[in-house]
Amino acid sequence: MIRFENVTKSYGKNVILRNLNFTINPGEFVVLIGPSGCGKTTTLKTINRLIEPDGGKIFIDEKDITKENPVELRRTIGYVIQQIGLFPNMTVEENIAIVPKLLKYPKEKWQGVVKELLELVGMPYEQNAHKYPSELSGGQQQRIGVLRALAASPPIVLMDEPFGALDPITRDTLQDEVRRIQKKLKKTIVFVTHDMDEALKMADVIVFMDSGKILQMASPEEMLRNPADPLIAEFMGKHMSNANMIFTAADFMKTRVTKVSRTTLTLQSIELMRNREVNSLLVINDDDTYFGSVSIEKLRSQGKPGKEIGDMVSDEAPVVNVKDDARETFDKLMTSPTGYVVVLNDDATVAGLITKTSMTKAMGEALWGEMSS
Amino acid sequence: MSWIEFIQNNQALMIECLIRHIELVVIAVGTGMVVSIPMGIFLSRHRKLANPVLTATGMIQTIPGLVMLGFALILFGIGVLPALVVLSLYALLPILRNTYTGITEVDKNIIEAARGIGMTNRQTLFKVELPLALSSIISGIRISTVYIVSWATLAGLIGAGGLGDLIWTGLATYNSVYILAGAIPSAILAFIFSGLIGMIQSVFTPRGLRGLRYDI
Ligand SMILES: Nc1ncnc2c1ncn2[C@@H]1O[C@H](COP(=O)(O)OP(=O)(O)O)[C@@H](O)[C@H]1O
Ligand SMILES: [Mg+2]
Repeated sequence: MIRFENVTKSYGKNVILRNLNFTINPGEFVVLIGPSGCGKTTTLKTINRLIEPDGGKIFIDEKDITKENPVELRRTIGYVIQQIGLFPNMTVEENIAIVPKLLKYPKEKWQGVVKELLELVGMPYEQNAHKYPSELSGGQQQRIGVLRALAASPPIVLMDEPFGALDPITRDTLQDEVRRIQKKLKKTIVFVTHDMDEALKMADVIVFMDSGKILQMASPEEMLRNPADPLIAEFMGKHMSNANMIFTAADFMKTRVTKVSRTTLTLQSIELMRNREVNSLLVINDDDTYFGSVSIEKLRSQGKPGKEIGDMVSDEAPVVNVKDDARETFDKLMTSPTGYVVVLNDDATVAGLITKTSMTKAMGEALWGEMSS
Repeated sequence: MSWIEFIQNNQALMIECLIRHIELVVIAVGTGMVVSIPMGIFLSRHRKLANPVLTATGMIQTIPGLVMLGFALILFGIGVLPALVVLSLYALLPILRNTYTGITEVDKNIIEAARGIGMTNRQTLFKVELPLALSSIISGIRISTVYIVSWATLAGLIGAGGLGDLIWTGLATYNSVYILAGAIPSAILAFIFSGLIGMIQSVFTPRGLRGLRYDI
């Protein structure tokens, strides 16, 4: 666990970090994001003491890191930088083995580590171990950069825009690999980026920074749904619309629904359904709250002229709240005996209706933008 | 008598002069290395001092050799010692400058990576900075050596021996055979030293760096 407590840092009059407080749990993939110069790199480097804060404390597993020898601390924290920083005078094997060697692993052990790690990223030992960095592609070099950081099995790995200089396809592959490795080896990763796509793809938790402050720390879903600041919404850009459509019942419902009072009579109701070309009605109480629903079949079989519709309603149709999770709503829709789900506001009035058609339409819009109907 | 015949007829003398000349070069350049390389490392750690020190060392280079020899003569008398002092001073600058720039020109991202993964300053120096600066340092040694082979001919003037002896004798007696018998072997010596050091340099350049950097 990494805990920041009132961490501050200034260069002269420039305040770079303003009172940072946050906690990173073990095994979490935490992404620091924000505009250039907002203090991401500075924050990252305070964790391995490449930068010392002016105030506040940082704890790793509840131990104040200033109480530890910085060199020994760094050997327990992996570090990957954008410029890769492989040692050009050393082979791939020597680069990966550097920290294990500093830690005096016996030769068999560090060689085993090198073989294992190269396998992990699909670079066979025989073909690659004895190459020099200059003989590798950019993507391969950064793979080795990541492996070097992992070699001494540090529980924490810091990555500062590690894929920023790579082409999009290579970047995508490396993102997948790092995420897979992180899950497999259960690492705590603190990852800096300014690319929201990357953050949303990788993060368990996103920390959004601006001018040395944390604007919001939340899961990707939460940040998409409720960005705490207009700047965050702007960063999310194209992702925002998707998020809102995907995540709640409100995003899938149609709001033009045919509602009738429970005192409406049978013939009147049938006439209304014929006019609107619908096969069900939602029945509401006098105070507009939802009472139940009724289908055309039921009206035909049980209705008599002069009979109030309120006496024929059923509660078969599943009911959800507008803010309910879209996935649960989807499940209810699939198993609904009526073929639709009723969506209610907090005050139990009718907000809308989700049918298979409205659901499909909303998903289409999320994927391809506004549909011409 | 041509200078080649002279050499053939005076092999013992030639060998003596040549060996003395090589001794002067090796000791002067060796002293230059022993002083300059640590000093270059020190300056790379205290960069504010670098400019004044490099400038001061550069000024030594601008003092004419004869003037320096004159001072050395006054201070240390005649013989090998004053010659070595002067030659060593001349050997300093190229090695010092190349050590300093070789280290300071190492990509700072590589240095940051070294620190970030937990190397001590000493480990960063020996495992990263010096290996990466080595080619530049050896270049400096090569430049110094070539200089010193030629400067060492001056040493003959103050009785330090070497190929310079022949040249000065030739000049004093208007005998071009002596001059050539001293000058040509010293030119060849410079050439051989330069080649040898070039070979050492390529042996010591790590495979990963070959073809990445040009020599001066
Ligand atoms: N050594 C330094 N001296 C002065 N200012 C610095 C130094 N390092 C960083 N800064 C400033 O601190 C701010 C934050 O830098 P950084 O953490 O690298 O930002 P980010 O990684 O978010 O782009 C920037 O405005 C930068 O100019
Ligand atoms: Mg940065």
